[in-house]
Amino acid sequence: MWQALREELHPKGFELVTVGLDTLGAEGCRAFIEAAAPQHPSVIDRHHILAKLYGVINIPSALWIDEQGMIVRPTESAPAPPVDGARPGLELPDDMPPRFVEMMAEAAKISADPEAYHAALKDWVNKGADSEFALDPEAVIARSRPRDEAVSRGHAHFELAAQLEMDGHHDAAIRHFREAHRLVPDSWTFRRQAWSLEPVGDGPLARFWQGPPPEDPDSWPYEGDWVADIRKSGAENYNEPWTP
Amino acid sequence: MLLKSLTIDRSQFEAGTGWTLKPEGACKGDVCIPLPDAEAQTLDITATAQAMGLPLVAEPDFGLWALGPECIGSRALTSALAPDFSLPDVDGNEFRLSSLRGQKILVYAWAPY
Repeated sequence: MWQALREELHPKGFELVTVGLDTLGAEGCRAFIEAAAPQHPSVIDRHHILAKLYGVINIPSALWIDEQGMIVRPTESAPAPPVDGARPGLELPDDMPPRFVEMMAEAAKISADPEAYHAALKDWVNKGADSEFALDPEAVIARSRPRDEAVSRGHAHFELAAQLEMDGHHDAAIRHFREAHRLVPDSWTFRRQAWSLEPVGDGPLARFWQGPPPEDPDSWPYEGDWVADIRKSGAENYNEPWTP
Repeated sequence: MLLKSLTIDRSQFEAGTGWTLKPEGACKGDVCIPLPDAEAQTLDITATAQAMGLPLVAEPDFGLWALGPECIGSRALTSALAPDFSLPDVDGNEFRLSSLRGQKILVYAWAPY
């Protein structure tokens, strides 16, 4: 989907850079990247530096940068390009656990407008700075994520947590992930990354469980989980509405 | 940025934080923050973090610290100039964002979870 878009727009001076936010690094991302077989730069961000640099709080999201290296749209939810026909997805088991049924039901309520987003992207690629969708620097700054001392501190905790996890100190990582969640409550990526490091079951869906294991729910080390949190904030609020 | 010590070489500080050390202090975009040891070869991280308002988080059990991003103003961005980054591909080859200067870029964040 993104590959086809990239092939169409690349001759016009456009490049796609995909960044996999995963503390598990190549081990976590490889299968997805190899399936995509990208022609464009496809990199891996184990410490979620895109959060501190660009304010990424959810995926999928994207920002636009012009030929002079200026951000013209700061990080916002970015749906995949619209496709005709069935959307490819994960292979779901026939006997899907009830939790996954619940997650699919909530996910179905998440809103996105791929037609509007991708029309805007093409408009920018064709018209550059003359596009109404390319924002001036003041607007770019004003639309970027709010940040205060608590949020900054939360980013430091997350970076530490990621490194501790990479070094094999899982319990210490959990402590710092919990602080990151507390200090940056808007970040879905901070939460989902941590939750994904507590896989439940085997197979490709293990990292998507993101909640208490049914056989030992009290062992869950986090305040929230995917289903509880999305119900609390409302799936319809998962993505901020796109504004031109 | 991650630290294993509370003293750091000035070039490592610049590479890790994106701030440039000049005689007038630490500078990024239009902002310069005075530092007592801006011209020294090594910096004391505790004092520097305090002067710049950068959060410093310790993990004493494992000899690690994390120096968090600045919060100047109330937003993640204080400038529209895209901060550069270097990240590895799936084979470990480093990619630098600024290598694409001259093209329009969409940076797309995704996750396998």
